Amino acid sequence: MLGYILRRLLQTIPVMLVVAIFIFLMLRLTPSDPAAIIAGDNANAEQVAQIRSQLGLDQPMLQQFVIWIGKVARGDLGESFFFKKTVAALVGERIEPTLSLAFFTIVIAVLIAVPLGVLAAQRQDTWIDRLVMGFSVLGFSLPVFVIGYLLIYVFAIWLNWLPVQGYQHISEGVLGWAQRLILPSMTLSVIYIALIARMTRASVLEVLSEDYIRTARAKGQIERKVLFRHALRNAAVPIVTVIGLGIALLIGGVVVTESLFTIPGLGRLTVDAVLARDYPTIQAVILLFSFVYVMINLAVDLIYTLLDPRIRY
Amino acid sequence: MIELRKAILAAACAAGLSLVATPSFSQTTLKAVMHSDLKILDPIWTTAYIVRNHGYMIYDTLLAQDEKGAIKPQMVDKYDVSADGKTYTFTLRDGLLWHDGKPVTSEDCVASIKRWSARDSMGQKMMSFVESMTPGDARTFTIQLKEPTGLVLLGLSKPSSNVPFMMPKRVAETDPTKQIEDFTGSGPFVFARDEWKPGDKTVYVKFDKYKPRPEPASGLAGGKVAKVDRVEWLAVSDQQQAVNALQKGEIDFLEQPSIDLLGTLKKDPNITIVESQQLKAQYVFRPNHLHKPFDNPKIRQALWYAFNQEDFLMATVGESAYIKECKALFICGSTFGSTKGTEDVLTSNVKKAQELLKEAGYDGTPVVLMHSTDLKALTNLAPVAKSLMEKAGFKVDMQSMDWQTLVARRAKKDPPNAGGWNAFLTSWVTADVMNPVSTAYLNSSCDKALFGWPCDETMEKLRDQFARESDPAKQKAIAEAVQARNMEITAEIPVGEYLQPVAMRKNVTGLLTAPAPVLWNIEITK
Repeated sequence: MLGYILRRLLQTIPVMLVVAIFIFLMLRLTPSDPAAIIAGDNANAEQVAQIRSQLGLDQPMLQQFVIWIGKVARGDLGESFFFKKTVAALVGERIEPTLSLAFFTIVIAVLIAVPLGVLAAQRQDTWIDRLVMGFSVLGFSLPVFVIGYLLIYVFAIWLNWLPVQGYQHISEGVLGWAQRLILPSMTLSVIYIALIARMTRASVLEVLSEDYIRTARAKGQIERKVLFRHALRNAAVPIVTVIGLGIALLIGGVVVTESLFTIPGLGRLTVDAVLARDYPTIQAVILLFSFVYVMINLAVDLIYTLLDPRIRY
Repeated sequence: MIELRKAILAAACAAGLSLVATPSFSQTTLKAVMHSDLKILDPIWTTAYIVRNHGYMIYDTLLAQDEKGAIKPQMVDKYDVSADGKTYTFTLRDGLLWHDGKPVTSEDCVASIKRWSARDSMGQKMMSFVESMTPGDARTFTIQLKEPTGLVLLGLSKPSSNVPFMMPKRVAETDPTKQIEDFTGSGPFVFARDEWKPGDKTVYVKFDKYKPRPEPASGLAGGKVAKVDRVEWLAVSDQQQAVNALQKGEIDFLEQPSIDLLGTLKKDPNITIVESQQLKAQYVFRPNHLHKPFDNPKIRQALWYAFNQEDFLMATVGESAYIKECKALFICGSTFGSTKGTEDVLTSNVKKAQELLKEAGYDGTPVVLMHSTDLKALTNLAPVAKSLMEKAGFKVDMQSMDWQTLVARRAKKDPPNAGGWNAFLTSWVTADVMNPVSTAYLNSSCDKALFGWPCDETMEKLRDQFARESDPAKQKAIAEAVQARNMEITAEIPVGEYLQPVAMRKNVTGLLTAPAPVLWNIEITK
């Protein structure tokens, strides 16, 4: 097992290198100029050229890449063009809100979606099944921002229960932190509830037709135990895969949700950096997201071994 | 399991209680959403308006313009001009302090003017008249000119980017091409650098030792009294969310509410909409003089007859209460604003435009019109221009892109079919286009001009004449001549003005009528 983990970790190096080359080239080939943006509307060509030179953007592309990748290899992600802060510091400031949002979202999604999926499977072809699947289709179809506005209107403006926007750091109070995360997490979790519930239903349905389920029922096992101890456990591998994929997909979701709810997380940082063409920040955040994606895949593969003893690496 | 249920119930009750709990504050905090997030902190290094607004929070100026545009002393106690108009002597007010507690000196001011003038176009022009700047005693300095000019007072009271903010000598000696890293000012608020989180919030706290002028605040002049203890600029990027937050009382001040959301805000009894005539902007069409077809002045002139302002304004702003059809290059109602000679243009006289194109021998070369799609205030301008130009007989190739791509592309001198361009539209806040020297697009010095690169000796001579003149009546006559010349060479075409209202909670009062949204004098009542 250790050898497998080590091999997988080593495999991340070429993956990250490819991502680094791709993102570097993509940014440099996009028709934009951070120096012109920084200089502002009144700046003349000479002033823009001065800024370009200060940022090192007048050097040949290969040279820029070698300098950047060399720094990254030494753990230096560089300095933001705009914020006059190191990218590491910027990312460090933004990790907590994003992790908090992701954590709340996944917890809400799993707690709601798995029971719903199991229920839909158990009551196949009844109105409950159709309701759950109908919700699932709706969850897939509605854009995140529409869900967000609906929830804001109901819970923040109409009922006046929750704040409209903003984030409170956990160090400033756990309740305030949780209070400000409810709406964004609910917004973001809808699509994952739809995804996980659908997958849970399909997997449990498949398992429910197995002989050992019939045997369990024949032995007088109560239905709840049949479902959760026997069926769900054996249906867990595809569900865990979907949850893992969901966490990876969250990266895209947080970009919209953080912008909508004014949460100063990595998603918002990405949007701001892209709009400002802040190359060092974009490069670092994409690298980080890619690394997280690879690690989640590894974690999911390792969890398989816990859920299914037949799987060995 | 039962224990777990109890724990969950307890947590839910606690969360519920927290929802109704109201935090108490011992100090007054103004929570504002500005038009953009603050990312750069040096108002001399960049011309971005949000950085200018940041500058007004923490720095002070030697002179300032009141709400009528009159130039008044600000940090300066008094200034004297010699009889020959070549020597300006400034005396600073007593008791001015930097945020670190040290006194403001004349050496600080001389260094600050030098750094500002190295970056700002009006400052550069002013410095071409300056022979020397000499600190006298700690509170006095002299500007010696080679020849008289009205630009000293006009420049040092410049209300918009780049504003000549005063900084301590050690900061002002920073290379003008590099950003400052010390944000010590002498203005009414202190920048709380530790609390600055780009993408989240920017915080300012009241500078207790600031000594305001005794006169009442007026425009950017008079007593800058900080009436709140703390100001927080929150980075809310979504307009609907900013409006929701204002209605709920989560914020107090919204600098630029979207015009289409004003209806909602006007219905709310807790919200005030402030319409200041000084917070106006002007839309302009900018042709590129380097390439066909706009390298031909007659073809550029056809644009004046193809366009009308109403179509542009209704397509972008859409509310008649917030638009103004105004053909004056230097803004209707301002000191140099005049509509003289503009009667026949900007009326969509298609026949006249077609005649001019025929006379000019327009061969159907497509006009590459850059269309910015991500800034709401600009998005509909290019489609309107395209439609009006096509009616007049132009062939238009409108290319859509985000604003930052447009900003990068407009700097390219390449031909349009090799990544260059022929035209684009943008807007200026009126404070930037109040006279022939500050209006950046009128710079017609060929390669040294801004993108679009107009090249006209007559225009440059007129702008120089304006700079030399200090008599307001003669300055006005020169400004009118500049406007007439612009209609001949078409450095730019004004396609309408619009008003940008501010939205505030009803308990927020004291917003000044000024060309930049300044937050001193603002009070929050219970």
